[in-house]
Amino acid sequence: MNYKAIDMALPTQEKTMNHRVPAVEIVDLKKSFEDNHVLKNFNLTIQPHENVAVLGKSGSGKSVLIKCIVGLIKPDAGQIRVFGQDVVHLERQELDEVRSRIGFLFQSNALYDSLTVRENLEFPMRRLRLKKSKEQVDQMVYEALSNVGLPNVQDLMPSSLSGGMKKRIGLARTLIMEPRIILYDEPTTGLDPITSKEIANLMNDVHQKYNTSSIIISHDMSCIKRTAQRIVVLNDGIDYLEGNYEELKGSKDKIVRAFFL
Amino acid sequence: MSKLYQFLHETTDVSRFAVRFFSDGLKPPYETEEIIRQSYVIGYKSLPLVGITSFIMGLVLTIQSRPTLVEFGAESWLPSMVGISIIREIGPVITALICAGKIGSSIGAELGSMKVTEQIDAMEVSGTNPFKFLVATRIIATTLMLPILAIMSDAIGIYGSYLAVNIKDTVSFPLFYSQVFNSLSFGDIIPSVAKTFFFGFAIGLIGCYKGYHSDKGTQGVGRSANSAVVISSLLVFILDLIAVQIADLFYEL
Repeated sequence: MNYKAIDMALPTQEKTMNHRVPAVEIVDLKKSFEDNHVLKNFNLTIQPHENVAVLGKSGSGKSVLIKCIVGLIKPDAGQIRVFGQDVVHLERQELDEVRSRIGFLFQSNALYDSLTVRENLEFPMRRLRLKKSKEQVDQMVYEALSNVGLPNVQDLMPSSLSGGMKKRIGLARTLIMEPRIILYDEPTTGLDPITSKEIANLMNDVHQKYNTSSIIISHDMSCIKRTAQRIVVLNDGIDYLEGNYEELKGSKDKIVRAFFL
Repeated sequence: MSKLYQFLHETTDVSRFAVRFFSDGLKPPYETEEIIRQSYVIGYKSLPLVGITSFIMGLVLTIQSRPTLVEFGAESWLPSMVGISIIREIGPVITALICAGKIGSSIGAELGSMKVTEQIDAMEVSGTNPFKFLVATRIIATTLMLPILAIMSDAIGIYGSYLAVNIKDTVSFPLFYSQVFNSLSFGDIIPSVAKTFFFGFAIGLIGCYKGYHSDKGTQGVGRSANSAVVISSLLVFILDLIAVQIADLFYEL
């Protein structure tokens, strides 16, 4: 189903009346690195509680896209609205407020090596100076770790964890802030098929429990099939095609078919 | 030509990085807890290495200088000569070079590894300004700790010298120290302490710059650590040369 086509077909007034504010709305996004035009005119709308996968070749700009959403990379042109707020032109303090509603699971997990698992989870809370008592913080850390199935690793260092465990801890660190949107950058890369399946199931559990919207950047078609309600193909810097897993699987397009081989 | 361009380009980038430190890094809210932690890591943990090196330098300098002074019948000048050498030049420069090796490389490697494993991005996403939290705190800590380390290095070096004198002669501790301090003036101590602030700033700045701009994976991290040591050591000598000229203007050395 082409959501974009439906969305565009609706008159503006009807949109305002019937649609909730989209979780993420990207309009005509452009980003170049010197002569390399990574994003040319990318458009994407994600509704609340929707999981969307962005599929594309390596180097096609998928990670650049989600880094633009969270303000790590500044786009050259275009708009990015997160719950109606334009993140491109925000001041640092306002951007930090928006970021507190966005969880980001990095491809490399990005756990702080010098901190224990518990300190890793406490770090965003401490930095955003949330007024929580020690008991509340303990409870939140325990809950976040329990939700990813690792309640007993609080005192371990990241270096002593396996790849799958690191991924779970990375997810727990994003969950502790109770985000409304989660951006997954290659969540199953480098994991064996069994662990990949566990992570995909965990992503679904998180989606249900925390009522989040998600953007999933991945090449892993089985993960995408399990987690995404809609897939957007990013090719040559534009939103080339979109639909659900079955629709894209049945597509005759050469570029799309390449992902299902 | 391209090497020259690269050099000029990098010099501009480092200057911008320094300007950013003064414009962004020194603005409130201050990361006091992290500054104290970094001061402990940079200052206290470097003390054993600085202490041992300074002790040996004081000892060796005295043993090596003694025969020449004896030849000229100026053996009694040994404490003064060693004291001035250590306080004016050897203490600050040796401390700065040791710190360039130990601290410069560790900052370069630590920040470089955080950069390539996206930990700096993760910090940014969690509402932390990584420049203030990682860079400003380290530069402040190196700038404040280097003078303290250098003063301790001077004291330990002079003690090493006292022990070396006592290998061949017998000199009391108060007499030795009074001879050292009688030969010193503010013109020796003030420039020598003042330049260590700049040495510390340069070591912190270059270590952080190299680590913060690290790329190309683990190879890039190694290169960052390595070039942080090389460039900051070179900068220590250049700053020392400038400091001597300036001190000469004020104190007529």
